Amino acid sequence: MTEYDLHTDIEVIVEDSELPRRLKDEVYSTIEDRDVTVEEADEILQATESQYVDSRVDPLDPVGTVSAQSIGEPGTQMTMNTFHYAGVAEIDVTQGLPRLIELVDARKEPDTPMMTVHLEEEYAEDREKAHEVVWNIEATKILQLGDVSTNVADMVVQVALNEDTLRERWPTVEDPIAVAEEISETIESELGVETAQRGLAIQFGPEEPSYRDLLQLVEELREIVFKGIEEITRVVIRKEETEKGEEFVLYTEGSDFGTVLDIEGVDASRTTCNNIHEIYRNLGVEAAREAIIEETMNTLEEQGLDDVNIRHLMLVADIMTNEGTIESIGRHGISGSKDSVLARAAFEVTVSHLLDAAIHGEVDELEGVTENVIVGKPIKLGTGDVNLRMSANEQAD
Amino acid sequence: MSTQSPKSIGQLSFGLMNPEEYREMSATKIITADTYDDDGFPIDMGLMDPRLGVIDPGLECKTCGKHSGSCNGHFGHIELAAPVIHVGFAKLIRRLLRGTCRECSRLCLTEDQKEEFRGRLDRTRALGQDLNDVTKAAIRQARKKDRCPHCGETQYDIQHEKPTTYYEVQQVLASDYPGRIAAAMEPDENSDRTSPTDLADKTGIDPGRIQEILSGDFRPRQDDRTAIESVLDVDLTEEDMNKLMPSDIRDWFEDIPNEDITVIGIDPDKSRPEWMVLTVLPVPPVTARPSITLDNGQRSEDDLTHKLVDIIRINQRFMENREAGAPQLIIEDLWELLQYHVTTFMDNEISGTPPARHRSGRPLKTLSQRLKGKEGRFRGSLSGKRVNFSARTVISPDPTLSLNEVGVPERVATEMTQTMNVNERNLDEARRYVSNGPAGHPGANYVTRADGRRLKVTEKNCEELAEKVEPGWEVSRHLIDGDIIIFNRQPSLHRMSIMAHEVVVMPYKTFRLNTVVCPPYNADFDGDEMNMHALQNEEARAEARVLMRVQEQMLSPRFGENILGAIQDHVTATYLLTNQNPRFNETQSLDLLRATRIDELPEPDGREDEEAYWTGRSLFSELLPDDLALEFTSSAGDTVVIEDGQLLEGTIDEDAVGAFGGEIVDTIAKMYSRTRARIFINEVSSVAVRTIMHFGFSIGIDDESIPAEADTQVDEAIENAYERVGELIGAYEQGDLESLPGRTVDETLEMKIMQTLGQARDSAGDIAEDHFASDNPAVIMAESGARGSMLNLTQMAGCVGQQAVRGERINRGYENRTLSHFKEHDLSAEAHGFVEHSYREGLEPREFFFHAMGGREGLVDTAVRTSKSGYLQRRLINALSELEAQYDGTVRDTSDTIVQFEFGEDGTSPVEVSSSDDEPAVDVEAIADQVLESEFESDTEKSRFLGEGTEPTNLSEHADEWWLAQSGD
Repeated sequence: MTEYDLHTDIEVIVEDSELPRRLKDEVYSTIEDRDVTVEEADEILQATESQYVDSRVDPLDPVGTVSAQSIGEPGTQMTMNTFHYAGVAEIDVTQGLPRLIELVDARKEPDTPMMTVHLEEEYAEDREKAHEVVWNIEATKILQLGDVSTNVADMVVQVALNEDTLRERWPTVEDPIAVAEEISETIESELGVETAQRGLAIQFGPEEPSYRDLLQLVEELREIVFKGIEEITRVVIRKEETEKGEEFVLYTEGSDFGTVLDIEGVDASRTTCNNIHEIYRNLGVEAAREAIIEETMNTLEEQGLDDVNIRHLMLVADIMTNEGTIESIGRHGISGSKDSVLARAAFEVTVSHLLDAAIHGEVDELEGVTENVIVGKPIKLGTGDVNLRMSANEQAD
Repeated sequence: MSTQSPKSIGQLSFGLMNPEEYREMSATKIITADTYDDDGFPIDMGLMDPRLGVIDPGLECKTCGKHSGSCNGHFGHIELAAPVIHVGFAKLIRRLLRGTCRECSRLCLTEDQKEEFRGRLDRTRALGQDLNDVTKAAIRQARKKDRCPHCGETQYDIQHEKPTTYYEVQQVLASDYPGRIAAAMEPDENSDRTSPTDLADKTGIDPGRIQEILSGDFRPRQDDRTAIESVLDVDLTEEDMNKLMPSDIRDWFEDIPNEDITVIGIDPDKSRPEWMVLTVLPVPPVTARPSITLDNGQRSEDDLTHKLVDIIRINQRFMENREAGAPQLIIEDLWELLQYHVTTFMDNEISGTPPARHRSGRPLKTLSQRLKGKEGRFRGSLSGKRVNFSARTVISPDPTLSLNEVGVPERVATEMTQTMNVNERNLDEARRYVSNGPAGHPGANYVTRADGRRLKVTEKNCEELAEKVEPGWEVSRHLIDGDIIIFNRQPSLHRMSIMAHEVVVMPYKTFRLNTVVCPPYNADFDGDEMNMHALQNEEARAEARVLMRVQEQMLSPRFGENILGAIQDHVTATYLLTNQNPRFNETQSLDLLRATRIDELPEPDGREDEEAYWTGRSLFSELLPDDLALEFTSSAGDTVVIEDGQLLEGTIDEDAVGAFGGEIVDTIAKMYSRTRARIFINEVSSVAVRTIMHFGFSIGIDDESIPAEADTQVDEAIENAYERVGELIGAYEQGDLESLPGRTVDETLEMKIMQTLGQARDSAGDIAEDHFASDNPAVIMAESGARGSMLNLTQMAGCVGQQAVRGERINRGYENRTLSHFKEHDLSAEAHGFVEHSYREGLEPREFFFHAMGGREGLVDTAVRTSKSGYLQRRLINALSELEAQYDGTVRDTSDTIVQFEFGEDGTSPVEVSSSDDEPAVDVEAIADQVLESEFESDTEKSRFLGEGTEPTNLSEHADEWWLAQSGD
């Protein structure tokens, strides 16, 4: 503690207190700014300590139930069918109670997957460069590149590529013909047909003349992704204010977090997505925990319930990720994996839990809350968890 | 009295029961399907056998000798004529049949594999994961084997026909084998005709034998068959379904060795697989299926009894038929019938099986149905129970009560009792209660003598009994003022839905509560009912007083600010009192403060016409703690400055004293104490009531009318919007409308129209707002945050605006139009639910209709939402209910698994820190300033600031005088 110019006496008192490191340091710096006597310092410390102790959670506080209530109660005030993403009007995102349920359920795939892609500095400031990234993300299908027509007489599919679009979507390639060649190769390998490419026109047909095969080919052609990521159907680019000025941010409809992170120009440290499982797969369980907190908070905020204390959301996220993987809240997750047979039976699918328990010869140790309520014993929570008793013989002074 | 010492349940262990055990514990064997004889006496060995327990009061149980109420009942048993499958285990039985050998009953796995699965089971058990995943994998492995690795016997596939029939599927020679061979010998595109001699050559079978086979005289043996099959490329087999009777299955399972069943997760110490096939059926005691005597004297039996009657009948018929040597077909039918009845006895909701029905057609409620669901045994009778000492009635407001109190009607107070332990010191008091009898108010309903005998106090014996009361007795006295009770309003969504109140016994029949506790309960007085629970022991009363009292629950853990505070008219009143800072003369000032503890007016603020006056702000300041200093912005928009407990400037409104985070209330509750905050809220509400009575406040339809010129302006604004919408539609029809990125042209048009019409309503609102005087009651309410918003006002005075269904303009009804008065594809505003009138003007019929459509959506939404969010909350609570903060600051569940090392990453209580502002829970700078500047008026104040000594938490309302003197306020 040499960095603080202090009396050692003060240091002794401060270090002796039960304050956490952060507050101790704050006390030092506060005292340093002022001219104080040891007595005054002691008083400051005493007051700080008393306020600190007052502000701590009480031991044996049933924080779980309080958190659950604090998230569940505002649920009644949320709307059911809200779409529209705050800020980006172009992308519809599930909001409100359905989204909250989706998060808590830990669904494998959200109803409306989306990503917020931040760009590295050089890409973020330049619209052209940003667009380069957009075309690497957004799935490009044939209908966006040109016109497709079927020539029934010759039994061929004709694709007339649009030069401007090609230049736009392949900004790094000089010659649109080269792109057309690439496209025709993709068609060949995907559909297994011979293509004839001349300039910006591509022509191909089924091996044997068949009207059905021809239509089939057109159908399949429409599904081919020539550039970008298949899952991502749309990318919206937006200019946003930051502390350092303005930057371009991409919002995507559909998500493929892992792939996007690898794309050049994408700032992997700031890019996020609303699928917590994708985040878990790519960044690990701690990131998933953060994502759950972030997403639930955003959902509540969007509904004007931003006053919910973030500590409650943290606890929910922590219990969901406690096992090292994402567990849902409900029968298939946390409630279903409880040790107690009675607790599981009291929650859902009562009978099958009891039958299974009989077969496996399970023993209920009656440790949890629900079990003890059922058998009529005091629960081990709050005042029920205090083992301190006053002796009948000893007198209080 | 029982001499047993109280015991508590240590653990519960689950397992299957041995049929022998059923027989042993059975009080009697049941053989008669009848219940009572003609004289109304239970038939011996019938379903109501007196040995099964007693339900009629006064009778004695023939097994244990106890009376109804204390005898729990005793099981009987039915010897089943033939074994039947237990439906609940149908799937497991199938798995076992598939996984074990049909000959030696051993599990078809090698020792190594068994060892592997045992290891995997132990691991999943230790991790607390689902065992079924491992056992399923084990069975899958075992099923792959064609032959048993132990005895070499060929294994056949098992088919399961739900719910309880099993077949063994064998491949046997088809009955039409000669025809099949002959057909295969005919020439086709791939081969020429095969003559019988060729066949004999190729297969190596004697030609004569081939002839015999072809003529159908000889059934080819296994190897001959395969030879012919391979030569002719033909399938000569067909499936043979061999039904496995429950008795076969039972025999099969009996031979499964113990070490094999551990591999599939069965604990052989507790459950043997053959016990899943029932040979004995336990008969639940009569106490579990009591019969009800109807008004006409007829007995009505429980559903379970009905089901048991069926079982016994069939069982008897089965036995009779078998003894008489009935044909196999009839026996099998009866067996199936018996199986059906036993199945539905246990579960009457099996898919594919018609449910057993009552004579009236209602499906019977059998064992599973009793356990399942919300009203089932687990959720309805074990996790939640009906309780004594509770009352429920309508609530109504009473502003004269403290927020800690509740008015309890006399009827309730005389019914709910508290136990008084009589001793020398309260003997007289106890005698007084008893002598008042059960009807007079502070009376008593029961007394318990020192020997434990309970006596009812009646009008007749009360005087006599009162004299007998002596120390050591217990008196169940009525509720009196000051008793603590628990008060609750459903739905109990958060902990503030159940709080403790002090009783004030009152006449009439409703619970009375102070209006400031409406927000935490989410109560209003349009017919709401609430529940009250009288506490029955000292420990509970102490806990309720310290932890659950309304004032202790003042701060919401959801957002860390106060949830108690001024509401509605209180807010309007404080606004009126402080906004224009009106002046009051002495009489008026004293009147405003008459319901508070202030009995002396401060120095007058000045004199007007020789008469002293006090301003609203200084009168309000009287309620504040002497040393309060605060500065914040009010919802009316001005800055509120409080120094040394004096309101210097600003308007006191919702943001200052309101529920849900009123600054002043929040600060007092956190910086001073909950008791001080309670006094403050009580006084604010009483002053507010006097204030609003002084000024008078009402709102009527004329308050929303605006001058004619404003109306014209509104009409113009709407007309403008219509024009712009028309232009948009025109552009759209011309194809000139440019679409927004990522939207179609139609969507763009809709969005733009919505936007334009939204703006139209807003500008109508602005126009209306400009024409409202600032003393307009609706404006006052909206501005102070008491009730309503400017939007409500806009809709009343200006224009109601666009009605929406699913976030879009109204687009439903007829084909391509909303109503038949419009042309098809009419995109205009009025055709899609724009309401241009205001509520005051009144709506046109079609506007009204569109408005109703929007309104309907809202109603549906609420209905759906409540059920969805209710379930969400139930799941959240269930998942998190076990978490608890520990002494070391960690958050753990009840099996001590750490979930958080420090609650909320910093260990701060969500009650103490507001989630909306970023201020740290502990502000060292501010503390230092306070200490160094020594702004303490007294030593007590200083020691309070330093945190020396603790605030008493369990003070009653009646100790306020003492408390205030202590705190030096």
